[in-house]
Formats: sequence, structure tokens, C-alpha cells
Amino acid sequence: MLARLALTNAEIERLTGELGAILDYAAEVSALDTADVPPTAHPLPLVNVFRPDEPRPGLDRDEVLGQAPEAENGQFRVPRILGEAP
Amino acid sequence: MTAVEIAVAVRAGERSARDVIEEHLKQIEAREAELHAFNYVLADEARAVADAVDASVARGDDPGPLAGVPVALKDNMCTRGIPTTCSSKILEGWRPPYSATVVDRVVAAGGVPIGKTNLDEFAMGSSTENSAFGPTRNPRRPDRVPGGSSGGSAAAVAAGFAAVGLGSDTGGSIRQPAALSGVVGIKPTYGVVSRYGLIAFASSLDQIGPLTDSVEDSALLLEVIAGHDPLDSTSIAEPAPSLRDAVRAGVDGLRVGIVEELADAQGVQPDVVDAVEQAALALEKEGATVKRVSVPSAAYGLSAYYLIAPAEASSNLARYDGVRYGLRVEGPDAATMNARTRDAGFGPEVKRRIMLGTYALSAGYYDAYYGQAQRVRTLIIRDFARAYEHFDALLGPTSPTTAFELGAKTADPLSMYLSDVCTVPTSLAGHPAASVPFGVDGDGLPIGVQVLAPALGESVMFRVARTIEMAAP
Repeated sequence: MLARLALTNAEIERLTGELGAILDYAAEVSALDTADVPPTAHPLPLVNVFRPDEPRPGLDRDEVLGQAPEAENGQFRVPRILGEAP
Repeated sequence: MTAVEIAVAVRAGERSARDVIEEHLKQIEAREAELHAFNYVLADEARAVADAVDASVARGDDPGPLAGVPVALKDNMCTRGIPTTCSSKILEGWRPPYSATVVDRVVAAGGVPIGKTNLDEFAMGSSTENSAFGPTRNPRRPDRVPGGSSGGSAAAVAAGFAAVGLGSDTGGSIRQPAALSGVVGIKPTYGVVSRYGLIAFASSLDQIGPLTDSVEDSALLLEVIAGHDPLDSTSIAEPAPSLRDAVRAGVDGLRVGIVEELADAQGVQPDVVDAVEQAALALEKEGATVKRVSVPSAAYGLSAYYLIAPAEASSNLARYDGVRYGLRVEGPDAATMNARTRDAGFGPEVKRRIMLGTYALSAGYYDAYYGQAQRVRTLIIRDFARAYEHFDALLGPTSPTTAFELGAKTADPLSMYLSDVCTVPTSLAGHPAASVPFGVDGDGLPIGVQVLAPALGESVMFRVARTIEMAAP
């Protein structure tokens, strides 16, 4: 559900075996003692990168919307979101 | 002609950029149908850019350090108005409304983009077979893969379709194809090159770098693309160091360590280990001292990588939702439309990584998988830091094997992942690394030796790489 992939039954069957093998391998990380080790999310010690708050031109709206599967009145158009059909 | 030689000749007016482009287009004409290095050849566009370079020379202006150099761009770098696909059906037909910073810098330096190169879909793979548009073949041996994911750029350089190429490296995607295709590949320190306009795979690891025929050409191209970019908040603020001067400085007095966990990693071909030892001897002959060194947690690099990279990818690829660009498969409501679009648009490897990443990040498993992998990442960084207290640069294989046959590893994803076992550890640390061709194996296939250096240690990395290049059999 989280991944938003409408997988077929055949795909699910194949993925189950493949992902099991990959996870078994990846789980080898649990062999290391990391009790007092902080996690690293990013290789650079960056904290809050600021830039001057100055207005500057964005992308051209028509050019951007021209790449959308469906657009209307200067906006992206999508199927209904609320009260989703069964 | 090397890129350095082309730029000198074009700047001096001794050779026209147009002539250089025509020569490369002729190579493309001759072999592209067989090799499929490109998703898109920019023939007319390249001619126009080359003519502009020649006009600038005729006016007495300097077109820049890449004057007239044909550059192959991996097709995950945005090019304004020119299709950019990531070799995925989900982006087929998309024309970006902006260009990547590296593309702008290449053109501003007089470089001439000659085509968008094939890759494993969204840069996920080690053979370029995961492309929605079909595989690329190795120019040295067309029954073999060129490596991946930057296999198209590696093949384009090896086949003479372009003088230099740009690739992106998340866990080895520049270095491994460089090794398998017999060219030089450089993954710079994380943050040295702007990622603006590089379509994201795993943002804490992705880095753009050169694939070239020579170490000096890589230094030239890296100097052009490196440096702070206000459009990428993770790009390093300090000015990029001068690299081409360093290239010829030699290795006298340098301390070089052979990383045991890389040289002794699972499945490393004996020919490859032998090449690393021969390269080490060549460095000793030029005045370096070489010893073996252990980086213990590097042995867990690949396991940690295959939790961290898919986790980041599953988040980054959430943007392909059928709303703003690319493919849409209709459905009665937005969620169904999203899911159908993604099932139709993504290939099997991308789906595997999204599922893996979503799982590694899910409540209940987060700490055991993603959290633990992040802590192992810290251990790897610490172990490398300890090694660099005693060594200026480290050495190992780039790829455990030379180029394998098409189809050899497609049925078993884990066996394909093991192609990255020697390149991933230093990627997790964010450090720079180079792959330099060093001889061939018993089947005549190119071998790559990997040079590792600490963060922002590009100068010393280039000195070692160049010395190995000069000694290569």
C-alpha cells in the first residue's frame, strides 16, 4: 500500500522470494554491535543551509504544465481524491 | 586525441570543433546500432554548439577549457527541452524545463553535449541491462555487459563516440562500468559536484563524475563541473581545488594501503587481485610505501547499502505519481491512478528497490534495518578515518570480476548486487574514489584498480591514479 504499486499476483510471488534473499543478506548488519553508535543519515556535517530570501523567477508555468499528463485552467488535473471509489 | 589535446587544438584554432564532432558522429554511425550506448544522439544540436565554439574562436574569444570536446551525458541529467528518461518508461517523452548545473557548466566551458546515454533504470543496476530501452553492449567485447549503471557513458567513451562522459555514482555506478569497459572513472567527494538537475536515486550517496580515456582528462572535466552551486544546498561551499596541476606530481613519499576487506572480498577474481598487487608494486617503484590495512566494518558495507539506498530511493521515487510529468495510466480515483501508473512505468529492479526500501523504513522494522544500517555507516566512516591516520590513499579492486556475459546475473538480483561489494564502502563514507584500467584478465577483458582517498582528497587520488595509469601493462 505504502509503495503505491499495483503489483500482479505473479509479480508478488516472484518478489517474495527475491526480497527474502536480499533481506537475509542485508540483515548481516545486525552482526555488528552498535549500542553506543549514533546513526549517519548524511556524509556531510551540514546543519541548516540558508540563502538570502530574495524573490527570483520560477519555472515557466505553461512550459511545466505542458509536460503534465492532464492540465486545466493553469493547474494539474487528477481523478477524484476524496470519497475514493471502492 | 584526448580531451585535453582536443581543447588545446580548438582553442588555438588548429582544429575546428565542428570537425571534432563530425569525427565522433561518424564513430556513432558505425557502431551505435550494435552497442546502444545512447538513448538519444544530439547530432544537430551538437553541430550547432560546435559551430558556436568555432565562431567564438574566430572572433578571438576563448571558448573555455573544454573547447570543442564532445561530452556524453548520462540520461538521468536534465537537459532543457531534450528528452531525459532515466531509461524508464515512466519518464518517456518528458522534456525537462531546465538543465542540470553540470550540463550548463560543460556548455559554458566550451564542451559539446553529443548524446544522452543509456543506464540501468533510475541508475539501479550494475550492467545497464535494467534499461527499459534495452541493454548497452561492451565495446571491447559485445557479448559482455559494459557494467552499470553508467554503462552507456562508459561504452560511449570506450567506443570513441564521445571524448569524455559524465556518469553518476551512488554505490559504484561510475567506477564499476569504467572498470568493465576499460576507461577511467571518478566518483568525487560527496558535495564537490552539484546534484541540481540530477534525477535523484539515493540523495545522501548520489554524486556526478567523469568517465574518460585518461586520468588527466578526468581531472580536466572534474575541474569544470566542480564547485559550489546555490541550487544544491548539499554542495560544498569551498572553492574546488585545482586538479590538473596535481596529476603529474607523482607519489614519492605517499603512504598507500591495500584494503584487506576489498581485496579479499567474496568472489574477487584472482586476476583482479593480481592487478591490484602489480599496481601497488608500481607505486612502490615511484617512491610510495605500500602496506596492507584492515577497514573491518567495510565488510558490512554492501549489506548496509542495500538498506540505505533503497530506503532513500523509495522516498525519492514517490514523486512519479502520474500527476506532474511522464506516464499516466488512468483509474477511477487518484490512488488507483498512482498505483497503475507506477506498476506500468517502473521495471522489475525499480519495483524491488521500492518494496525493499518501503519495508526497511516501515514501523516495526525501521530500527532493525534502516536504523542499524545508519549506525553501521557511522562505523564504516570511523574505520576509514582510522586508516587515513596512517595512509594517504587506499587501494583495492573496483569490481570483483571483469565484464560478464549479458544475462549472466539478471535472474538473481543478489548476485548482481555483489558487483558493488568493493565500491560501496567508500560511497557510504562520502569519500572520493577512482577506477583506473590496469591490464586485462586471461580472457583479454579490462581490469580496474580502485584508488580511495579521504574526503576532499582528490589531489592525492589523482596523483596515485595517474601513476598507476602510467605503469599499466
